[in-house]
Amino acid sequence: MPTKVIMPKLGESVVEGTVTAWLKEEGETIEEYEPLVEINTDKVDTEIPSSASGTLLKILVPEGETVEAGTILAWIGEPGESIPDEDQAREKEHEPQEEPVEEPAPEQPEAKQDSGRDKDLGYISPVVSRLAQEEDVDLSKVKGTGMDGRITKKDVLNYLEERKEEKKEVEEEPEIPIWETPADGDLFRPTELVFAQSEKEQEAPPEHKPLAEPGETLPLTSMRKRIAEHMVHSKQTAPHVTTVMEADMSRVFAHRQVSQPKAEARGVHLTYTAYFLSAIVTGLKAVPLANASWTDEGIRVHKAINLGMAVALPSGGLIVPVIERADESSLTGLARQVNDLAERARSGQLKPDEVQGGTFTLTNHGTKGSLFATPVINQPQSGILGTGIIQKRPVVVNDAIAIRPMVYLSFTFDHRVLDGASADTFLAHVVHALENWPLA
Amino acid sequence: MAEINLVEAIRQAMDEEMERDENVFVIGEDVGVRGGVFRATVGLFDKYGEERVIDSPLAELTIVGVGIGAALYGKRPICEIQFADFIYPAFNQIVSEAAKMVYRSDGAWFVPMVIRAPYGGGIGGGLYHSQSVEAFFAHVPGLKVVIPSNPYDAKGLLKSAVRDPNPVMFFEPKKGYRLIKGEVPEDEEYTIPIGPAKVTREGRDLSVFAYGMMHHYALQAAETVAEEGIDVEVVDLRTLYPVDRETILESVRKTSKALIVHEDNLTGGYGGEIAATIAEWGFMDLDAPVRRLAGPDVPAVPFSHPMQEWFMVNPDKIADAIRDLAAF
Repeated sequence: MPTKVIMPKLGESVVEGTVTAWLKEEGETIEEYEPLVEINTDKVDTEIPSSASGTLLKILVPEGETVEAGTILAWIGEPGESIPDEDQAREKEHEPQEEPVEEPAPEQPEAKQDSGRDKDLGYISPVVSRLAQEEDVDLSKVKGTGMDGRITKKDVLNYLEERKEEKKEVEEEPEIPIWETPADGDLFRPTELVFAQSEKEQEAPPEHKPLAEPGETLPLTSMRKRIAEHMVHSKQTAPHVTTVMEADMSRVFAHRQVSQPKAEARGVHLTYTAYFLSAIVTGLKAVPLANASWTDEGIRVHKAINLGMAVALPSGGLIVPVIERADESSLTGLARQVNDLAERARSGQLKPDEVQGGTFTLTNHGTKGSLFATPVINQPQSGILGTGIIQKRPVVVNDAIAIRPMVYLSFTFDHRVLDGASADTFLAHVVHALENWPLA
Repeated sequence: MAEINLVEAIRQAMDEEMERDENVFVIGEDVGVRGGVFRATVGLFDKYGEERVIDSPLAELTIVGVGIGAALYGKRPICEIQFADFIYPAFNQIVSEAAKMVYRSDGAWFVPMVIRAPYGGGIGGGLYHSQSVEAFFAHVPGLKVVIPSNPYDAKGLLKSAVRDPNPVMFFEPKKGYRLIKGEVPEDEEYTIPIGPAKVTREGRDLSVFAYGMMHHYALQAAETVAEEGIDVEVVDLRTLYPVDRETILESVRKTSKALIVHEDNLTGGYGGEIAATIAEWGFMDLDAPVRRLAGPDVPAVPFSHPMQEWFMVNPDKIADAIRDLAAF
């Protein structure tokens, strides 16, 4: 009896993954727990170990394909052993009472049950289901405006209307005969040339290429797509407002001068990021509303302070690992986690659950010299703090001009949750914490 | 065109039918000399005499029984039950005799009779002067059940009822007798066929199905919510049996949401029939569950004024139900 290799559920909210590379070919032998396939999810890349020892009999999901968690990726068994029919096998996935044999690994989830209702789409009314079928509508593309975001009949009709208009535009274009395109001067060209060209055009029907300017289309990586989705979603969801304050980093600077060598001795690189995170914790404790999420039921104020920190990846893109319960860590503890997460983020070693559950995010855009920015909120959080470059600037202190290490703090908040006053109160607490850092 | 109230339209219909056909006569409590407790038969006694406008004893069984006998004899009786609440003594005559006559005689005998009865509460009438009884009779094949909501329809439908060869239950929303006014042609003869419902207000967002007083209120509620941007279609059922399924389903096809309103209490009320019709033949057009707004399941309309208000469906309650359904 062959063993199946199943697309695992790699995290709480990770429901699909892309097969990026098979590390074995069909017919090759493999040991249990030996890396078999590389999977890329929207959050991380990971290797999946083999669920059994034997021969890789059949690969069902080719490289580059994205499938749902629970999908059978491959079969492992004895050479020559026949594998169950694919459809049958899939059906079996939906009947958990059937032979609970070779579940590949204990953490593998059961296949997604078909409940007849797509939990991402919400309640689908009879008329919506009928229209979708008749008009061949992919409901995941229709924005729901009904109760709890359900897709109403009107939403589908509006979508169809838009689709019709788009189609019309596309269809109408080629109706202009090429030789009548103004400015081409075709009307005044010898007929042979005109017809020769029109025949040529007919052979290859005009494709709707974008402007034929020289250039290159970069394929969209899974991460690029997810970043795009998240950014658009966030901007569409939350009314963003950014408020900026500056902080005198003198005391932090002094503290770090003293503490850095001690920390290094313990193997910890004490970065400014740790100080910012610590100051954010102070701010969030003072204004818990900044550590919240907007929901239809109400504003959910989170008890835990889980801080995300944006890390730019060497390969492009970015990832936001989360420091859970940041309020329970000391400065050194935060620094240690920052070191660890940043390093593993850059080398692609993060676990899926390490990029989830954040309640607030820090982004340090100052590394390349940016003074201040207007960061985009990491949904469903309500706030993100951007830190600019720390640079020495002349400032007025006690009516004298002094040179101080200064930083701009840009706080973008969801105006549904916070108002200017509460947002500024939060930011002021962050500034106060940084400027009044106790000396080591 | 003249603007008259509902009860005057009913009086005119009877007057015109009595003038047109000498077989038409009226029988009921205080319909003669007194002109009816709601003044529906005012002037008829003087015009047509005591043989065609008959004051009956206080016995509904007799009123209907006499009507059936006369109808079998070729007359066209209009029986008035003073309040629908009092119709139960005549229930056996109506359901077991009048409704079944054509069927059991294999078409040899007809009962071309109209039973008029004012129904409904909201007039301080208490337990015995406020009842809605339409659901009992809409359950009985062999009867036709008609409930007008305005003077024009009332006159046209009552004239059709008088001319119909079958027994017709004609329930009149008594609260609207003087409250509901409307234009009715003065010199022009017209009738309105029993059966067809009427779309009285066109809309896109949801359909409200109602009849009688509740239809009047539904129109008011539709106006209120129109200011909030909710575009309501209102359908006046007019005839409960046989009901106009096509108009109902057509409206649901258009709006995909249905609210049914009646004053009678909810359980076993007539709204269940409309809801079932939509569920059975209009399911794939629905964008929301079918909703019913009806009187509460208590034994009667209470006499105490605040309690009566609690019982009665009114324009505000209808508007709230519309808002809920529109938001779904």
